[in-house]
Amino acid sequence: MALKKILTDPRSRWMEEGGPEADVSVSSRVRLARDLAAYPFPHRLRAEQAEEVLHAVRLALDRPEVTKRLGKMEFMRLTELSPVERHVLVEKHLVSPDLLKGDPAGKAVIIRQDEAISIMVNEEDHLRIQCLLPGLALQECWELAGTVDDALEATVEYAFNEEFGYLSACPTNVGTGLRASVMMHLPGLAATGMIEEVIPGLSKLGLTVRGLYGEGTKAAGSFFQVSNQITLGRQEEEIINNLTALVRRLVSQEREARRRLHQEQRGALEDRVFRSYGVLQYARVLTSEEAMRSLSDLRLGLALKIIKRIPLSLVSELMVLSQPAFLIRLAGKELKPAERDVLRAQLIRERLQGKKPGADGEGNGKKR
Amino acid sequence: MLCERCNTRPASVHYTEITNNKKQEIRLCEECAREAGITGIGIMPQFVLQNLLGGLFEGTPVQVEPSYVQCKRCGLTEQDFAQRGLLGCAECYTVFGPAVGRILHRIHGKAEHTGKLPRRTGKIAGLKHELKRLRQELDAAVRQEAFEKAAELRDRIRDLERDCRGGQ
Ligand SMILES: [Zn+2]
Ligand SMILES: [Zn+2]
Repeated sequence: MALKKILTDPRSRWMEEGGPEADVSVSSRVRLARDLAAYPFPHRLRAEQAEEVLHAVRLALDRPEVTKRLGKMEFMRLTELSPVERHVLVEKHLVSPDLLKGDPAGKAVIIRQDEAISIMVNEEDHLRIQCLLPGLALQECWELAGTVDDALEATVEYAFNEEFGYLSACPTNVGTGLRASVMMHLPGLAATGMIEEVIPGLSKLGLTVRGLYGEGTKAAGSFFQVSNQITLGRQEEEIINNLTALVRRLVSQEREARRRLHQEQRGALEDRVFRSYGVLQYARVLTSEEAMRSLSDLRLGLALKIIKRIPLSLVSELMVLSQPAFLIRLAGKELKPAERDVLRAQLIRERLQGKKPGADGEGNGKKR
Repeated sequence: MLCERCNTRPASVHYTEITNNKKQEIRLCEECAREAGITGIGIMPQFVLQNLLGGLFEGTPVQVEPSYVQCKRCGLTEQDFAQRGLLGCAECYTVFGPAVGRILHRIHGKAEHTGKLPRRTGKIAGLKHELKRLRQELDAAVRQEAFEKAAELRDRIRDLERDCRGGQ
């Protein structure tokens, strides 16, 4: 039952309402890379060894004291999922695309029911512990990931050495094995052009910024991911605090840019927001690019209270819902790009009219 | 404009990544973007460009000496490491120690772990970190001629050294 929900319901804990600084920070993620001392890293693992790793991890998490603390986890082997279902997990940000590369045998993902915790087994490392929460919540993510880490370490011996810390297959992850990131929505900085100054500044401070933008192109949705680059030679708290402080600064810069935009170009901004809202409500064909752009405008409109009565969480949900594998999973069959564009428009339209998600039609369509 | 990866489909995604003030951009079609891990608002926090363009070590060649070093435990050779940028097992970090240390320095600026320690395996490591810190303190105390403090530190160091030997 829970498994079916994970694969058909676009909603996840990380999209929930009420995350801190949610008007600008969409979600926070902490990932820990861990490997077991007793086995070679996954790319040099024999099939039976991969099974042993899976078994050891499962045993560690199935202990009653762990389930009591962390809740029940859903264990899925990749081979038990169809290729489309595997992609749905990527679109919900629960597994990385790398997990889907190569032979699916010996790989698995363990997901807590609220999807705030997911653990990939036998990706590049034996374990990738990931915690994903709404808004700016890196500290909470780190604490949660730490709890999972301790639970595993109680029965499993990690590859660790005094000098380099936690050992991982790739030297870029060695040390703390910690990668923290925040998904940010920065339409104000993008529209005012300030983004061109802000981002290089961040990268000088040891952060990496990733985004779908570039000179000459309008930022497709203005979503940017900010993450730490260094994993060795710093303490975890230092990494988390440092990133949190820089994100906070970015949040206030974005708010200032939005305020100015709303003040100086009120008419144009409101027109853009309402146009996009109109497209989402009435369009019959929506490419993923147009959907992203319009959803970004809607999100900005909600944050500035130009549009009310729609929760911010719905925007995140619609973004996941619009992804190709999700559409195919809901349709129950392969779809051509043109067919996807029609279904995407239909689903977004219906959700904005208040229909509940999920193909099984549970609920009576009143959410707000 | 065509996708820079497959050179067949039209590019619709413009991806940019900035690290260390270095900007890298690539224009991709929807399919290639998806394969690289760019999905809507979600970009997985790993090396997207590495996925797209190949190895991490491309353009910055790792010195491969003609000598033939191989990890006895997992069989990884220095050439394997240079090619994929991945180590094979925990033991590799000892076998390829100096080379790994150089790479870690380049990536992280430092090559010594100061963060969390696993409770069981990390116990000795924790003691050793503490020892190192105390010895530095002792040096400072001697330099400042704070002999009482130095004596106190010496006692604590002796105790810790005993714990370290006992625990091994
Ligand atoms: Zn392509
Ligand atoms: Zn090895």
